[in-house]
Amino acid sequence: MTDIATRPTDAVSPPPRGRRRPRLDGGGPRAGTIVAFLTPFFLPFVLFYLVPVGYALWQSFRVVRRSGGQYGTSYTTFGGFEQYVEVFQNDEFWASIGRIGLFGIVQVPVMLFTALVMALLLDTHLLKLKGFFRTAAFMPYAVPGVIAAIMWSYLYSPQLSPVVDLLNGIGLKPDFLGPGAVLWSAANVSTWLWTGYNMLIMFSALQSIPQELYEAARIDGAGNWAIAWRIKVPIIAPSIVMTTVFSIIGTLQLYSEPAVLRQISSNISSTFTPNMLAYTVAVGNNYQQAAAISVVIAVITFVLSFGFMRLTSKRAGL
Amino acid sequence: MALMLVLAIYFMLPLYFLIVAATKPQGDLASTSGLTFSNFQLFDNLHTLFTFNDGIFARWILNTVVYAVLGAAVGTLISALCGYALAKFRFRGREFLFSVILGGVLVPSTALALPLFLLFSEAGLVNTYFAVFLPSIVSPFGVYLARIFANAAVPQELIESARLDGAGEFRTFFSVSFKLMSPALVTIFLFQFVGIWNNFFLPMVMLQKEELFPITLGLFTWNGQTARTPLLQESVIMGSLVSIVPVIILFIVLQRFWRTGLAAGSLK
Repeated sequence: MTDIATRPTDAVSPPPRGRRRPRLDGGGPRAGTIVAFLTPFFLPFVLFYLVPVGYALWQSFRVVRRSGGQYGTSYTTFGGFEQYVEVFQNDEFWASIGRIGLFGIVQVPVMLFTALVMALLLDTHLLKLKGFFRTAAFMPYAVPGVIAAIMWSYLYSPQLSPVVDLLNGIGLKPDFLGPGAVLWSAANVSTWLWTGYNMLIMFSALQSIPQELYEAARIDGAGNWAIAWRIKVPIIAPSIVMTTVFSIIGTLQLYSEPAVLRQISSNISSTFTPNMLAYTVAVGNNYQQAAAISVVIAVITFVLSFGFMRLTSKRAGL
Repeated sequence: MALMLVLAIYFMLPLYFLIVAATKPQGDLASTSGLTFSNFQLFDNLHTLFTFNDGIFARWILNTVVYAVLGAAVGTLISALCGYALAKFRFRGREFLFSVILGGVLVPSTALALPLFLLFSEAGLVNTYFAVFLPSIVSPFGVYLARIFANAAVPQELIESARLDGAGEFRTFFSVSFKLMSPALVTIFLFQFVGIWNNFFLPMVMLQKEELFPITLGLFTWNGQTARTPLLQESVIMGSLVSIVPVIILFIVLQRFWRTGLAAGSLK
């Protein structure tokens, strides 16, 4: 951080009004002032982030038991890893993880590759109407997932959709809400929502590359493709890593899109994604089990995003 | 060029469909092509939307403004204070606090919603504005951006000279640093606005009273009722259009802020 280097030694200058101030680290404002700057954020951060995380952990180690048979009074007690064992033995949990995995392995690369190609095209001199394309691609970002899914569900529905009409017209009989297709219909909504956002991150990174680099490459005889893949892509690798991590987190949290499609398709169960499973279990009053599922989702998110960052930073030497 | 045109059509198709569908009477939705206009009934549809169920849609708009606009404004202010302090003040534990906040960026918000519901139900806060508003003001990503921007935009010398002039830290912040950071603060506001506007899981878990719903949850509920009340379909379409068009326009107008924010976010 640069502020260490630019910081003048104000220990030499006398404190204002000759008053002795208690200092934490030799300079700057007094401790009380620092606390006053930090508290408005940290108080809600602790209350609405750290405490719930701790509470979920605590809940996930508890179980509800009954004393005196099925009709006895129920009480909660410490259950160790019992809830977690139950999560890992739950077929519906593995099914939901499988769907999310398949979704992520296909949707994330398709989306990011499209975003990258668009960003590279926007960064060349070949393309006209750049502002229009940038805006068109970014517009979906302003649309909440729920509303996007509602809009697309009309485009999927056999009664209303002009897309289905068109495809029927050329002899295809698509069933966007069928058992095999509905996962990809949800994936399409995510792709539609987030491609432009990812494109803009990559495009912003491309714009910060100094032009001299391209001139030097051209003198060395590099063509447009060589410049794009050998110079531009490696330089913006940190942005690509960041968009990948955000996409992984987003995939594991998938909820709104399948929840909306569930309203019109019987091929989406109430346990379609891990989050839907957690919600369904919670509504069924088994909060301890729901907490354990939430913790497992959060841990998988951490492991995958950190793992991906470590892996790529080692390989690319970032 | 051809590829970009195809993609542009893809990105705009649902919106175009929505505009066309919003102008049609309910009966024409299924019987006419979704891509061409038929009987123009936009204003009738608007009237239906705002009068249905005692005009609850207007209430949902108001709620969304409270949750997303007010929440993002408060959130931006507290993120700015915290990020600025982390960037400009030197104190013990600074890096530790920053790492905790960065960890917070990775916590999935859906994983927070269920434990928050349990805590809030014990505190008697479920089914109140606070249940959605309070958790929404916390944005670890906002603090992260505020710290980067404060480092880049506010010269340390300026703070030092304000101190020498006898200005308190808060006065320095609000009269000097805040102005220098203001383009960045717009970015943080926009990010947080989108975060709250998009967060569907939290309001769904916290709220049962329809009068407290944001637009997204309201339209989701209506959409689930269209099988029983087919007439609602037109209002779901009209409501979607009414809610997203102003936001899209706002985004296009504020695009340059987005681009600076996204660029800063992608630096390592």
